[in-house]
Amino acid sequence: MRFRFQRKYLCIPYFLFLILFVVVPIFFIVYYAFTDGTGNFSWNALVEFFTTTNKINVLVMSLLFSTLNTIVCLLIGYPIAYILANKKYNKSYVLVLLFVMPMWINFVLRTGATRDVLTWLGINGGTTPYIATMIGLVYNYLPFVILPLYTTMLKLDKSQIEAASDLGCNRIQVFTKSIFPQTVPGVIAAAQMVFMPTMSSYVIPETLSEGKIVLFGNSIYLGFANNQWNSSSFMAIIMLLIIGISMFVTRNFTEKEDEGRANAW
Amino acid sequence: MVKKIFAYSYVYLILFLMYVPILTLIVFSFTNATYIGTWNGFDLSLYQKLFESEEIMIALGNTIIIAIISAVCSTVLGTLGAVGVFYSKKTSRAIFENINQIPVVNAEIVMALSLVVMFVFIGNKIFAGANLFSFWTLLAGHIVISAPFVYLNVKPKLQQMDPSLYEAALDLGCTPRKALWRITLPEILPGIFSGFMLAITLSLDDFIVTAFTRGSGLLSGAGNIETLSTLVQAKIKKGPIPPEMRPLTTIIFIIVVLVVLFISLNRNKGISSKVKNRRKLRERAE
Repeated sequence: MRFRFQRKYLCIPYFLFLILFVVVPIFFIVYYAFTDGTGNFSWNALVEFFTTTNKINVLVMSLLFSTLNTIVCLLIGYPIAYILANKKYNKSYVLVLLFVMPMWINFVLRTGATRDVLTWLGINGGTTPYIATMIGLVYNYLPFVILPLYTTMLKLDKSQIEAASDLGCNRIQVFTKSIFPQTVPGVIAAAQMVFMPTMSSYVIPETLSEGKIVLFGNSIYLGFANNQWNSSSFMAIIMLLIIGISMFVTRNFTEKEDEGRANAW
Repeated sequence: MVKKIFAYSYVYLILFLMYVPILTLIVFSFTNATYIGTWNGFDLSLYQKLFESEEIMIALGNTIIIAIISAVCSTVLGTLGAVGVFYSKKTSRAIFENINQIPVVNAEIVMALSLVVMFVFIGNKIFAGANLFSFWTLLAGHIVISAPFVYLNVKPKLQQMDPSLYEAALDLGCTPRKALWRITLPEILPGIFSGFMLAITLSLDDFIVTAFTRGSGLLSGAGNIETLSTLVQAKIKKGPIPPEMRPLTTIIFIIVVLVVLFISLNRNKGISSKVKNRRKLRERAE
């Protein structure tokens, strides 16, 4: 029988690749999370995670840092995105590119530079690790907030905003009743770009707090560096669960969660 | 008017703050002080030191080799995947899209760890304790993080394409392969290009996946493959950024500015030529 070429066969190599290097590895994480060193089934990693105060502290601290970072980035980024997308203030794409450009400079180098400049200014990880880490996080994730917000604000319905003010809304009401509800998908997308990556970040807290602040990412990294596959796999599962929950909660609001990053070019 | 000034000053203040660290490194790359903050007069000796530093040159070489190879692999895989999936049945398309979404939404460190435990398991159980970590594991890791984005960049171009073009090519005697090559490929080329650029930047910037999945090989020889990210991380863990890396920041910055300029110029050109073509078509139709 002659092989008949069909267009859908083209996806076979990529499909096999995804199965082999994305789906199968996740099963290995589950396997390691619920076995002990010898490969027998055990709850050790789970018990260890929930009984060690240290690890619970890491979880709480990571959630706090992620929430705070998301809020600060949104507060700073929202007005910027609004101004950039508003034809009254800005007509060119150059200013948007300027905000995105730091993303293309090596991120470890940028983090190191932030640390060095903060140390020079007297805010160093040795004495004020919390402030230094927060500044580093906001500095790194701000572009990721501005981009998705900018793309939703370009689509703002101008006539609805005008109608709101014509019908007697004051400026604050125009914002809360018309502008903000229209930008909710962008806000959710932006929050997604910041929240999970902050929790799992390693380089930024490690560098800026000089090892004093341990977030979830650092904790997994330490487990990896010490070959503790079982406990770090269990932490990865917790991470996966949190990702799953946040995806589930926000799924009704998002249009396309990949928009910001995929549109960078 | 006051509102406008206020808005502008806010935007430019934040913009300035975002560039402070990079600009500081760039300014202090033109002096020879060990720490930033001290100015020993204008001096270009750090630039010479940068090119003499074997360590940095090796890391830079590795980074570029990995970025190009992984970007080419992910572009080929992702593009073929997108084209194939676009012409598949609805259910298999949905399954595929969901799997493709996993690396996009998943935390990088979880992806990296999952790959590591798989390689450790296979090495221990199947290859009797062999160490599988090498350039190939690193390459797989980099493709995992970039191919899904190539896919996402190509997909919209396929959706925008006029499906009758392909059918017309078949009717006029093209084989399916030839029709894909001559009709579909040129149509989705912009998506492939932007996917490729994104894959390059993701690979260049990556630290976590590299640190987890690397082994010996490439220019590092018997040692662990050192990329720019892992080298800088190893240095800043011990102290400030080494002085000879400041000129590197300047060079990277200049390259980024040039690339951004090039792309935004081409973008404008592309838009204006499209407008011209449309106008021509309309005139002809009239």
